[in-house]
Amino acid sequence: MFGLDNKDFKLFMIVVGLTMLAPFILNPFPEGSGLAQFNAGYPDLMQRFVIFGIFAIGFNILFGLTGYLSFGHAAFLGIGSYGAMWTMKLITLNVIPAILVGVFFAGLFAIAVGYISLRRSGIYFSILTLAFAQMSYALAYSVLTPITGGETGLQIKPTDRPILSSLEDGEIGRASLFGMDMRASFELEVGSWLFTFNSGYYIAAVVMLIAFYLSIRIFRSPFGMMLRAVKSNQQRMNYTGLNSKPYTLAAFVISGMYAGLAGGLMVAMDTQVGPERMFWTASGEVVLMTILGGAGTLIGPVLGAGMIKYMENIISKINSNILHEWFYWMPDGMEDFVIAIIYPFIGKGWHLTLGIIFMLVVIFLPGGLVEGGQRIRKLFSKKASTGGDDKATQSTPAE
Amino acid sequence: MEAIILQILNGLDKGSAYALIALGLTLIFGTLGVVNFAHGALFMIGAFCAVTLSRILTLSHTVIDETKVDFLGNPLKVDVPYVYDWFGQATGDAIIDWAVPLAILFSIPVMLFVGYAMERGLIKHFYKRPHADQILVTFGLAIVLQEVIKYFYGANPIPTPAPQAFAGSFDFGAMLGFDPNTIIYPYWRLVYFAFAAIIIGGVFAFLQFTTFGMVVRAGMADRETVGLLGINIDKRFTIMFGIAAAVAGLAGVMYAPINSPNYHMGMDFLVLSFVVVVVGGMGSLPGAVAAGFLLGILESFASMGAVLEVLPGLNQIIIYLVAIIILLTRPRGLMGRKGVMED
Repeated sequence: MFGLDNKDFKLFMIVVGLTMLAPFILNPFPEGSGLAQFNAGYPDLMQRFVIFGIFAIGFNILFGLTGYLSFGHAAFLGIGSYGAMWTMKLITLNVIPAILVGVFFAGLFAIAVGYISLRRSGIYFSILTLAFAQMSYALAYSVLTPITGGETGLQIKPTDRPILSSLEDGEIGRASLFGMDMRASFELEVGSWLFTFNSGYYIAAVVMLIAFYLSIRIFRSPFGMMLRAVKSNQQRMNYTGLNSKPYTLAAFVISGMYAGLAGGLMVAMDTQVGPERMFWTASGEVVLMTILGGAGTLIGPVLGAGMIKYMENIISKINSNILHEWFYWMPDGMEDFVIAIIYPFIGKGWHLTLGIIFMLVVIFLPGGLVEGGQRIRKLFSKKASTGGDDKATQSTPAE
Repeated sequence: MEAIILQILNGLDKGSAYALIALGLTLIFGTLGVVNFAHGALFMIGAFCAVTLSRILTLSHTVIDETKVDFLGNPLKVDVPYVYDWFGQATGDAIIDWAVPLAILFSIPVMLFVGYAMERGLIKHFYKRPHADQILVTFGLAIVLQEVIKYFYGANPIPTPAPQAFAGSFDFGAMLGFDPNTIIYPYWRLVYFAFAAIIIGGVFAFLQFTTFGMVVRAGMADRETVGLLGINIDKRFTIMFGIAAAVAGLAGVMYAPINSPNYHMGMDFLVLSFVVVVVGGMGSLPGAVAAGFLLGILESFASMGAVLEVLPGLNQIIIYLVAIIILLTRPRGLMGRKGVMED
């Protein structure tokens, strides 16, 4: 169905189910209970899950398939954001043109960067992309201040009068989709549970599903096969008379456009943008997401993005008071001891946990969480002998 | 003329830091063939060695000082560092004052150990894995080290002053016969440059004139043959990793007074030093050093007022711009060797 084979279709349907029911799934604990802080079902965070999911899916098209490790993808995210922002400021508050403009500019920039960077491979490629991204960051931060707003960034101001939107005097423009406010939410109370359905989230989720669908098609296409050939042995491929350059450039531009799409959506959800979005640590973040989830797998990057954003927003909120609440039943000395051990890893130290998990994944699970899941499933499944080729999650397509 | 000399001098301290870090990185590429993204973190650990030593030296205990009284006539409590008890007040003060240079001695064993542990514990398992994996795992390690430092030392920069003797600046221009006060240069930066020159010279001499260095160079050229000669090259390479870590650490120790150590200084320098290595040419030690100074000086020229008027923002992108141009025109960098890191 949809041109997908059975297994891919099942995977796609699972993702559709997960994203559509996310307000329920991410809110498993009733309001007011001690565990409610683990609820992630609020619009802000759900939007971030899917937007960074898109970003990571795009990155995976480049890194997972071709093996080219770009350390500068945040630049495309930033350019997509700035493009979308200016469209909203000048032309219309409707988010669709804004997002399209963001994708367009990110794509253009990706052509330029990719054309130059792809002349080299390996670490040189990583450094070149990093250099381009840092340059864009520095320019956005300083020289291009009239366009980028410099350090303070851009947001919609009361004086902005987009030509296609009819705003009353003094009304501050808000991002919308044909009149539907992105922040509009419908809240459903069931017992002591509170579920929030946010229009912005659903728009982003639909965009992510489209992006995910496209990535499956790319992975399964002859083009995707060509990219895997580049990963496994580019030299041999060139010797057969095939020029791999157009393929890698296409992959680079596509992944840049995905990043632009994510950037445009970010602006559509939360109408502001600043240069820090382009800093190289932001590029590092998407690398972490993709590897953590499983590079080269379909669902991995989305999982990785979700996990990192979950840690960033939920784990980082836990402080020592909450820990004391959890371990109050222990004898005093032991309570303090346990908390002293756990404390560095949570709250503000969540990056430490992230770094350790990331290292463990790189060392022991090159296929990421997806491979971990597969291993666990194999461990428990009775027919371990028959399961070999798992196409839906394919962890190591070409090595 | 004065302006040019001033900019060259200004570029020297940053250039020295770039050169030292890039030297260590190149030692690791050249010997072990590993792309070490945690090298900036080693630089940071070095800087925090200086912080740690100055904290140890100022450890104090409280005593009641009978000679000083508050307005009610009660004797005041004062904190007395332990070093006062051991060496007397004058010597103690001097020791505390000289914490940063003393930290060199303190940091060498620490950094050698850190480097050794890193190589044996982690890097060893990544020789046969793709470069992308090496980048990723060391990137993860860099995050972990950075967070550990942040946990123990907090997120704020920690001012770590240079010894009083090197405080202030001197009139460099007057010495060369220019008008007074045209070229003024802080003493510590000069010390840093001299220190970097000594370390760089030392590393080169070590590789050039000792048997150990000769074997390592042979191993860099052809690891397998050296191994077949019955030399335990792995062990020597491990030691080289320790030395590279120590070079980065020493660069960090001495850099502490120039820029207060903070937990993300490693990452800040890492990106730049990678660019430096690539510009210099992967695997080329002279290339790394030359590119480090070159880029440091270029950066300082680009931040001159006159240049910024014509091309605003150039100071922030010059290094990357140069890197891109060099990589595209000379794919192996300025002095790159054939066959290093080319897949």
